Amino acid sequence: MDKTITSEVDFKAIDEILKSCDYKKSHLIAMLQKVQAIYRYLPEEAMTYIGEKVDGLSPATVFGVATFYAQFSLEPKGKYEIKVCDGTACHVRGSLPVLNAIKEKIKLEDGKFTTKDGLFTLEIVSCLGACGLAPVVVINEKVYPQMTPDAISVILDTLMKEEQ
Amino acid sequence: MGKMIINGKECEFTNERNVLEVIRKNGFNVPTFCYRPDLTKDFGACRMCVVEIDGRMIQASCTTPPAEGMVIKTNTEKVRSIRKTILELLLANHDRECTTCDKSGNCELQKYSEEYGIKDADVKKFSQKKELLPIDDSAYTLVRDNNKCILCGACVRACDEHQGLGVLAFTNRGSRTVVQPMVGKDLAHSECIGCGQCAAVCPTGALTVKSYTEQVWEELMNPEKKVVVQFAPAVRVALGEMFGLEAGENMTEKLNAALRALGFDLVFDTNFSADLTIMEEGYEFIDRLNNGGKLPLFTSCCPGWVKFLELKHPDMVDHLSSCRSPQAMMGSIIREYIPQYYPEVTKENLVSVSIMPCTGKKAEAKRDEFKMANGGYEIDYVLTTQEIARMIKAAGIDLKNIKGEKADSPFGKYTGAATIFGVSGGVAEAAARTAYEVVTGEELKDVVINDMRGTHRVKTVELDLKGTKVKVKIVNTIAEAEKCIREIKEGKADYQLLEVMACPGGCINGGGQPISCNDSTIKEKRAQGLYQDDAQGEYRKSHKNPDVQELYKKHLEKPNSHKAHELLHTTYTNRRKDCYISAGE
Repeated sequence: MDKTITSEVDFKAIDEILKSCDYKKSHLIAMLQKVQAIYRYLPEEAMTYIGEKVDGLSPATVFGVATFYAQFSLEPKGKYEIKVCDGTACHVRGSLPVLNAIKEKIKLEDGKFTTKDGLFTLEIVSCLGACGLAPVVVINEKVYPQMTPDAISVILDTLMKEEQ
Repeated sequence: MGKMIINGKECEFTNERNVLEVIRKNGFNVPTFCYRPDLTKDFGACRMCVVEIDGRMIQASCTTPPAEGMVIKTNTEKVRSIRKTILELLLANHDRECTTCDKSGNCELQKYSEEYGIKDADVKKFSQKKELLPIDDSAYTLVRDNNKCILCGACVRACDEHQGLGVLAFTNRGSRTVVQPMVGKDLAHSECIGCGQCAAVCPTGALTVKSYTEQVWEELMNPEKKVVVQFAPAVRVALGEMFGLEAGENMTEKLNAALRALGFDLVFDTNFSADLTIMEEGYEFIDRLNNGGKLPLFTSCCPGWVKFLELKHPDMVDHLSSCRSPQAMMGSIIREYIPQYYPEVTKENLVSVSIMPCTGKKAEAKRDEFKMANGGYEIDYVLTTQEIARMIKAAGIDLKNIKGEKADSPFGKYTGAATIFGVSGGVAEAAARTAYEVVTGEELKDVVINDMRGTHRVKTVELDLKGTKVKVKIVNTIAEAEKCIREIKEGKADYQLLEVMACPGGCINGGGQPISCNDSTIKEKRAQGLYQDDAQGEYRKSHKNPDVQELYKKHLEKPNSHKAHELLHTTYTNRRKDCYISAGE
């Protein structure tokens, strides 16, 4: 985990989350989802805090659950989460060229998932269940159907402009 | 209640929790890795205990409840072939450097591979080239080697069920699964209290006791050095097991002799400083009782318990007795006074070694509080029962037949009160014997307090010191201790003394003791060994120990004196920062 991007964790907010989940260990996944909704990832301090505060959990068991599910991220995610579907249908209809176009456009370093400026996170997912619209890209819950390298470039350009 | 047929023999079962226990109770055996009788959760991870049950095909016997009329076969062709495949698959992902593994000779994976005749070629057909994971030897206590882990989960359950800590957990998923501490930290920076119960149940070399035998050998071989050794109460009743003797057999005198044969220059007994602990802690307790001090008083002998408080409840450390543990007391007494009694021993050439049933003691010896002005520590090396047994074997010493010897003076005598320190309840019982006589001024005739005995987890005893009522709570395992902390914080605690030992049953079942995780009766036998040592003792009350009396007369004046405080007491710190990067405080 990159230590330089340690964010300030607001423990009061986490207390609220724990309270809303009745401090029950059976609600751990819900707790983690709520924490991730705030920080876009699971900060170490937050996992440790939950592990200590909730009966029957420990920081290690929380970490165990967080690393088990692909939905949880241990690294800060970018403002825009780009999911490129590489399921069978999307794959045969050309998801890889789309993926490469995105990588180039957002200047993603090899082996990294999030851009240096913290704006974009790129993920490859298996099937989004929208095979009729293949190839599909999802950016922060919004579905972009029948993508091509050119089309995704235009979309990303728009997002980048908005940010400037 | 019911009957079943195992391998053609009619067998009765009563309240066994699974078929595996019925099988074992009736004289049959099946191999297991993940099953541990002292852990409650039947995990069913390793599948080695599979048996054929008529009408149900192949089942894991550890997760199958016994039922009337079951027909079970434990050793059929099918079962054997499944077990072999399991072993081959486990070995395919295993770092098979057996000869240089710390667990070699004690390893269940090695044992069953040998019994089932697993061949290298069978293993290699499953092998994938895998890069070795780094070994975690960051802690003073234990070494983690995930390349040897078979994911049986015994350590995960031991830490959770015994200690309530859950330091180790399964992390990641599928083929990337590893057992590790929180957020991937190493043990030294985790919440590990060093009790070693995980290593005690590990079937392979994935969790082992950190060994300091090489360093000690080096000191022993160095003619310039004078190596002084002490050994703890619980060591004497377990050591024999590693030499084919019964658990509980008292090896005190033979161990004295063996240690001298190994080259230790002076041999002392931690039991002596256990008596000293009673003097100091007993007087501290009486003082707190009479002068409105912080109560309940917590015993401070157990390093796991002390670290737990410093880490999880730093606001409660003022309950802890300021007394050092017997190991640390002996450490400072040796440093301070041995050069006075033995002129050939000087501050410069003295090496202090202790032999403990405990892995946590290794970390205790390295506490800043026990650091000397020259940067060294009062105790240089801590060995466990396992390690000293290995050294005795390597030196070719015949422990069984060696002629027993006495410990050296002036700190070699001990009382029965000291020797029971090794079992849960022993510290409280020893303290009660002395407190009674000090408070009432009368002689205590019947020294045994039966309600304080036994290895079960919780005991509460009320003592009547001629009108002064004292309630004592005795717990073992940190899971139980945590409950006590809650009671106290909620104002529900009605006791004045709390004795805690982190290991189930006390030090006799410490993480450094000979491996005994498949036999629940062993810790009971070790406890009986200590009770017997107590019963046979010339003295049975700590304040009657002539060596202790001599020490006070000559050097320390009286319990809790200024000098005693300097040498025998310590302080505690909030250690949260060692572990948590930030937890909202």
